[in-house]
This record gives sequence, C-alpha cells and structure tokens, in this order.
Amino acid sequence: MKQLFFAIIAIAGIASLSAQSAEEKGLQIAKAAEQADLGFGSSKVKLKMTLKNKNGQTSERYLETRTLELTEDGDKSLIVFNSPKDVKGTSTLTFTHKVGSDDQWLFLPSIKRVKRISSNNKSGPFVGSEFAYEDLSSQEVEKYAYKFLEEKGNLLVVEQDPVDPKSGYTRRVVTYNKDKGYRIEKVEFYDRKNSLLKTLTYTDYKLYKGKYWRALTFNMVNHQSNKETLLKFEEYNFDIELSDEDFTQVALQRAGQ
Amino acid sequence: MNALKKASNVTNTFAKRWAQFVIKNKWYVLLATIILSMGLGSQGAMEFDGDYHVFFSKSNPELEAFDALQEKYTKDDNIVIVLSPSNGNIFTKENLVAIEELTAEAWNTPYSSRVDAVTNFQHTSAQGDDLYVDDLSYESANKTPQDIAEIRRKALKEPLLVNRLLNEEGSVTAINVTVRLPGEDSAKEIPEVTAFIRSTISNFQEKHPNFEVHSSGLVPLNTAFFESSMRDLMLTMIMLIIVVITTLILTRNFVSTLATLVVVMFSIMSAVGFVGLMGIKLTPPSSVFPTMILTLAVADSIHILITMLQKMRKEGYSKHEALVESMRLNFMPVFITSLTTVIGFLTMNFGDVPPFWDLGNITAFGMTMAFIYSTSTLPALMAILPVKTKQKTENTPEKFGWYTNLGLFVTKQPVRLTIISIVAIGGLTYLATKNQFNDEFINYFDETVQFRSDTDYISDNLTGIYNVEFSVGSGESGGINNPEYLQKLNEFEDWLNQQPEVVHVNAFSEVARRVNRSMHGDNESYYKVPANREEAAQYLLLYELSLPFGLDLNNQINVDKSETRVTATIENISSAEMIDFSKRAERWLEDHTPEAMHAIGVSPTLMFSKLGFRQADSMFKGNIIALILISIVLMLALRNFKLGLLSIIPNVTPVLVGFGFWAMYKAQINTGMVIVFGMTLGIIVDDTVHFMSKFLRARRELNYDAKQAVIYAFETVGKALVTTTIVLLAGFAVLSTSSFALNSYMARITVIIIVAALIIDFILLPSLLILISKKSESKENVRSLQPQIQLDK
Repeated sequence: MKQLFFAIIAIAGIASLSAQSAEEKGLQIAKAAEQADLGFGSSKVKLKMTLKNKNGQTSERYLETRTLELTEDGDKSLIVFNSPKDVKGTSTLTFTHKVGSDDQWLFLPSIKRVKRISSNNKSGPFVGSEFAYEDLSSQEVEKYAYKFLEEKGNLLVVEQDPVDPKSGYTRRVVTYNKDKGYRIEKVEFYDRKNSLLKTLTYTDYKLYKGKYWRALTFNMVNHQSNKETLLKFEEYNFDIELSDEDFTQVALQRAGQ
Repeated sequence: MNALKKASNVTNTFAKRWAQFVIKNKWYVLLATIILSMGLGSQGAMEFDGDYHVFFSKSNPELEAFDALQEKYTKDDNIVIVLSPSNGNIFTKENLVAIEELTAEAWNTPYSSRVDAVTNFQHTSAQGDDLYVDDLSYESANKTPQDIAEIRRKALKEPLLVNRLLNEEGSVTAINVTVRLPGEDSAKEIPEVTAFIRSTISNFQEKHPNFEVHSSGLVPLNTAFFESSMRDLMLTMIMLIIVVITTLILTRNFVSTLATLVVVMFSIMSAVGFVGLMGIKLTPPSSVFPTMILTLAVADSIHILITMLQKMRKEGYSKHEALVESMRLNFMPVFITSLTTVIGFLTMNFGDVPPFWDLGNITAFGMTMAFIYSTSTLPALMAILPVKTKQKTENTPEKFGWYTNLGLFVTKQPVRLTIISIVAIGGLTYLATKNQFNDEFINYFDETVQFRSDTDYISDNLTGIYNVEFSVGSGESGGINNPEYLQKLNEFEDWLNQQPEVVHVNAFSEVARRVNRSMHGDNESYYKVPANREEAAQYLLLYELSLPFGLDLNNQINVDKSETRVTATIENISSAEMIDFSKRAERWLEDHTPEAMHAIGVSPTLMFSKLGFRQADSMFKGNIIALILISIVLMLALRNFKLGLLSIIPNVTPVLVGFGFWAMYKAQINTGMVIVFGMTLGIIVDDTVHFMSKFLRARRELNYDAKQAVIYAFETVGKALVTTTIVLLAGFAVLSTSSFALNSYMARITVIIIVAALIIDFILLPSLLILISKKSESKENVRSLQPQIQLDK
C-alpha cells in the first residue's frame, strides 16, 4: 500500500514536470529514483574489480560488499577485500550521512586494528581504480544540487552539482531510465576545470524482487588517462537480513577474519 | 675525347636553344611559371609543432622506453611556476593565502591532471591512533601565527618538498602543474595551455606584486620551441632585404634585382606549397627553410645576371644575345650546383631527427624549383623588362687584377702551399676530434629567450629541470609491498641522494617510510620501510584511501602494484655527464639488487642527451653516400676521373677545418651540426666545380699548361666564387643570429666551412692541380702569357 502511494506521488510528480523549474524537476527525478529503490532492506554481493591501463595491462581485485538501508540517515556499508593476498581481510566500514562528511573506518588484519580514516578526502581513487570513493558511496539525494537537462524518450538527463567543496568534480551528468524504476544508465563526470573526465556506464541490469534494479556490470572509463575499471558483480543476495549490529567496528573486525 | 666534346656541345646547344625558346615565348613562359608558383603557393600552409617529441623518430629507443614508462604510470608534461616573495619568507599568512589561491586557479589549466604545491601537500600524521592525511595548509587565511610556524617547521623537513617545491631557506617555492595533453593536435593544445598559464601568472602578479614569478617545465619548453620556430621564420624578412641589397651591389641594376626577387619569391612560395601538400608541421630546425632557399637560390640568379650584364657592358652584346650567351655559359654549372645541393640536403633523411628530414626535403624541393625559375622566369623577365647599361667604351689599360695576382702567387709555390695547407688542415682535423656532443635542451636557447632565463633562475634558486627516471620492478603482482623490495628501493634512493649531481629523489620508499612512521604515532624510529608485507600493503591501502582527487599515487605506482617509479632530479650537467650518471645508476641496480629490479634510466633529458650521438651514427652512412654521389656527379661534369677523385679533397677538408675551428670556439657540438657535412658538401662543391671546369677548359680547349690554366681559372671564376661566397655568408650569418642553438650553431659552423672552402679552393686546389700535372711543364714566363689569357674571357 505504502509503495503504491509513493508510486502515485512519483507519477504525479513526473506529470507536472513541465510546469516546474529545471532545478525542481531535477530534484524530483532524483527523489523519484530514491523512492523507487526504497525498501530493499539489506544486500550482499561479491564482485571482481578489473583495472586496465592504456596498454590493456590488467590487475584484479576481489571484494564483497554489504549494505544496510537506512531512511533517516545515509546507508551503511561494509567492504571486504578478498584479494590481492596481502590485503586479504582488510575491510572498510562506511556510514554515509545526508549532511556533512561520511564516517569511515578501516580494519587492518596485519596489525589487527581498526583505524579511522580521519581525512576529509573522499575524492581520491579507490584502491588505484578509476572509481573515486565518492562514486561508490551511497548516493544520498542531499549530496547534490540538481538541474534537469533534457528528456530523450524514456531517458531523463539531470545535472548534479556536489555540495561538498572537496569533491573532485564540478558536476555529474546522470541519465535515468524512467521506465525501469529510474535506474541510472550512465554518469558523466566533469572535473574541476569542467572538462569531461570519466564516463560510468551501467549494464547487465537485473530486476530483483520485481522492484530493485541492480546493474551487474559497471564500466568506468577515464577519458583523460585512457584507463578503465570494470566491476563485475555476482548475484545479489537481498535475503540476508542484516542489521545495525552487522555494521559496527566489532563487526568490521569479524568480517575481515 | 671527341665523344666527350660532343656531349659538351650537346648541353651547350640545349642551353642555347632553351634560352632562345624562353626569349621567344617570354610571356608564355612567365605566365606558366606564375601559374606554377601560385598554384603551389595556394596549397601552402604554415603550421607549427612545438612538442619536443618531434625531435625523436618513432623508432627512437629512448623515446620508446620513455613512452612505455609514461603509459605504465601517467603521462606528464608539466609547468613549474616558481614564486619568490620579496620578504624572502614563504611562510606568512598573506603569502600562503596567495599560493593557495594560485594553486586553486592552476587546477583550471586546460588538460591539467594534477597540481602540486606546498599548501596542498598531503601531510601525513598520527592523530591519536589514527592516520591523518590532509593539506599542509588548508584555508590558510584562518591560520594563527603558531599554526604557520608549525606549517613552516613541517614543510622544511619534508623530503618530498625540499629541493623540489621549496628551497632549504623557505624563501622560494614552486607550484607544479601536471597536464595530460591528448596529443591529437599539439599545435593547438600547447598554445592553449600556455595562454592560460600566462594570463594566470599576469593576473597573479597584478594582485600580488610582491611575488617574483618564473616558469619552466616541459610545456614552456615546447612553447619555446614553438616560438623560436616563428622567430626564425621571421629571419626570412631580414634575408630578403639582404638579397635585395646584395643583388643591387653586385649587378648595379634595378631590373636585375627585381627579377632576382621574383625568382626567390617564387621558389619560396613553391616550397611553402610543398610544406602544405606534404602536411609538414614546422619545427625550429625546419622553419629556417625560407632563409636557406633564399640564400641558395639567389646565387643561381646572380651567376646568370652577372654574366649577362658583363656581356652587355663590356663586350657590347645586345640584350637578347647577352642573355642567350649567359644561359649557354651558366646552364650547366647552375644545374650541377643545384643537383649537388639537392643531394646534400636529401641526405638529411638518413638522420634520426625528423625535423631535419623536413628541412632537407623542403629545401631540396625549393632548390629544384629555384633552378627551374632561374632558367625560365629569370630570362623571360629579363627579356621583357628594359635593361639599360652603359657600355664601357674606353678600354682601361690591362692591369693584373687581384685574382690574377693570387693566381700568380699560387703558381709560384705550389709545393710550399700544399705542405702548409696539409699541416694546417691536419692540425685542425686533430682539433676537430676534441669536440664533444652536448644536447642540453635548456642551452638550445640563448639568454634572450625567457624560457632560458627563467629556467636558469629555477636551477640557481630551487631545483633542477633535468631528470632521470627509473621504473623499478619487483617481479610479482603486488610485490612493491615486499619488504625486501622496499629495502632495496630505499637503498637505491639513498645511493641516488649521495650522488653529487642529484638535487632531489622521489621514490616510493619515502611514502612507505612516512606512512609507517605515522602508523606508529609519528615515532621517528619508525621512519623506515615496514618489515612485513601485509603491513606494508595494508598501510598503503589506508594511505591511498586518504588521498584526494588528483594527488593519488598512480603517477608513481603501476596498476598491478608490481613496479614503482623513481625520479631523480639532476642539476644542469652536460649530455655526456647525464649519460654517465644514468649508466652509473643502472650499474648500481645491477650490482646491488635482484634482477627484477634492474631498470634503465629514461627521461626527455636523456633522450636529448643521446640524440646527437644517434644522429651522428645514422648520418654517417648518409654522408658517405652523399660524398660518393657528389663525386660521381663531379666526375661526369668534369669528364675526368682523376680530377673527380681529387675534388674529394677540397670538398671534404673544409668541414674538417670548420670543426677544428669550432673546437677552439665552443668545443661542444649539437644535433643540428651533424647535418652540416652533407649540407655544406652540396654547397661548397660549387666552388670546386667552377674552378676545375675552367681549369680543364683552359687545358683542353686552349691547350694551356697547368700553371697557365690555374691563372685562367682564377681570372674567369675568381670573382664569381667570391661573390657566391659573400651571398652564402650573408644568408648563414643571418641564421646565426637565431636564438635557437640547433640553428645558430649550424649556421655559424657553416660560415666557417664556407670561408674555409673558398680559401682551400684558392690555395690548396690550384696547388694540387699543378702538382698532379707537373711532369711536362716548361719553365715559361707566366707573366708574358697574361694578355692572351685576358682576351679569352
């Protein structure tokens, strides 16, 4: 019932799009996308990350991520590194926040200690890949200012400007698919001098539980360095029923062992 | 002999018929050549390429190694902006705010991928039990004096900053902007970056007049190449003026000067068309082609015009008769000179430096066209335009001219002169071996170029501009965290730091030490590489997760974490010292590390250091071929095998003499000078051809003995040789004013060689000619023969 209610709101919102300003329209689309994905609870998925340089030399890392959906604040997530061997068991715990910078901890199995990543820097590359940490973290609506750009068939293109001054981007141009639960098809990242830096395309979408679209392939191409990073996901598990206890520093240590 | 005489008659007849044809159809010929030159000219395009990569052929092994390194890590071209505040202290609130501002602005540089400054340096420290990584000075405007004192203290003991972005006194700092040029159109990309940097700097200086600003780096180097191409192209204008003045003085005739100007302009327009058609982008060495063509083409016209005017003035020929006669006499020598010059320039293709291929090909094409225009447009124009000359009626009493006296001087003492010449040439040849290759790219520019003065400032006050890089492998994926690898890398870093020429070393072992220290509560005793592989790998992961956009380690670590990049910044040293340093470092790795860690030194500096050697090796073959081809041309032209062989002496020795004098002048030779042999060979052969052909004519047609023939040769071509030498000297003297050493050194040594060639052709060549035909000479009084010879002119 609740979901039907939201769906109606979303449809009503879209219907009145033409009467709104571009900013309102953009925000509305982002909210609609958030709504469409609401209620998945928690999930767990294994993935392979392939780093490719200009010459096609590759390097692989295996990870596992667990996510807990929260509505009052941003989602919590836990990433465990399964390879390379020398970082096996290293894991990160992240609390995303709708407002302000996220909290992040790292468990280092070699010294059996949890270290807080105290830096404000979230814009650097994630383990040498073309993904920045900010590209992978939970996409909270509050983290951006929006501007609707155009509608191409069932695709809606929205510009998103990061609120965080330490972001590596001036803007992102995001393409939503309104017919498929507002899933994101493509994101273009513009660097600080506003030139196109990277393009992220989502493919191999799969619908879980008749509602949640999950792309099983992420491909990030850096246009300036000609490097690429490919994420290949295994099957998502939405029945894992994780709770807050699974996202604590103690759980972080446990996850890594 | 009869058959050969026939051949000579054939060419004479051809030249005569051609001249008559041109005069008869003067308007059509003129029109046709106008259409030809305009047609070619309309295809013309002048595009410049300043990217330093143009100096290296695709197969250059140093370039390949460097490109491989850049693809493994990141491709970095950079701009170093150096700031010197007038108060001599970087660490004041105002100065830090200004630096932070400029750093933020520098991120907007087109194609920028990274900006490193003192303020955004990622300082690592322990905060309680946690690792804290942050800008060394963020939002400097809010800092208290205590904070700033603390920042100063941290900065001055940071090995990654001192001698790289900060001097030891803390009075000079740099912002290093790394750009990743797409490399699709460097003629557009480089000026775009330069324009942005220049306007940023001028805005900064307006707002903060207390800062002195200098800039250098690879992008400014490219810009300097770019701008020196354009400046050297401008030398064409000066050369044009010199052409006009020289022609006026030598011909004392306005119409002739005009015709010469038309011929050289047509030649240059055609060459410009060639540049456009072939899609050649001009570089500093190739941008001097108009001056080269002007210099060489004007000689063709002057030969033809002087003979024509002489015939009219002194011998009372009508204009058309004089023209036909002049064409008959000059067609063959002008053809041979053009041919040998073209061969000489085409040998540049044997070298390993693409800009010289372009210079050789453009000039060769221009010279071919100059020959065509000199033998078509020039006579057509002279036939159309009214030529007024005053015929000299009174016959001045015959005196022995300057050239005759020189001839007499030589014929009196051939043996002595030969010995003196051989001793002098031998001595200078010995000296020539004392020259050393030096291709320091900073010294390519003289002190009038801002790139040079700025770079010198930076070298004197902050850091080095030259560097050598090593990609040190571990032999396994993730192996850079292996403690043995880190330990060895650390030793290599220490060894490099001990070398006298090293200013700064950037190695991954420093990062490992720094992070290890911070992971142990900033305890100095942990400022060493981690002893455990998992620890090292996990610390690195933590550190990498803490770095902001653009300041990551991807420029230092490859994707597989199996290799790291070591960069040694070097003070200004010569190419030979640079190569020696790199060899020493390579040997150290071989002697002290496992095989996987062995690496070769690469960098643009090293690429330039080896360029001269590479060019010399590859040009050697080309020069031999040029020498053989040109000698064959001479044998055919002179129709005499022995003299053709003898001609090698006056053709080769001027170059040896040139480099001998150079050893006394600079003793350092660069890549641009390697081409000089082939190039000057084609030019100076002119002197030999003229002298020998007149000598032979006197022997064959006038049946003179060797001494008489030498005097005859002096009298007939002495003046022409001096004239062409003066024209060539003027041209190369103009080029020698270039601020770009590849061009100016090449021009300066060419000046020496051309003068040496004339002297050798006036002293050694006639002496040798007399000596080899000594046998049956009668001891006649040469003086008494004089009047006879004079008449025959």
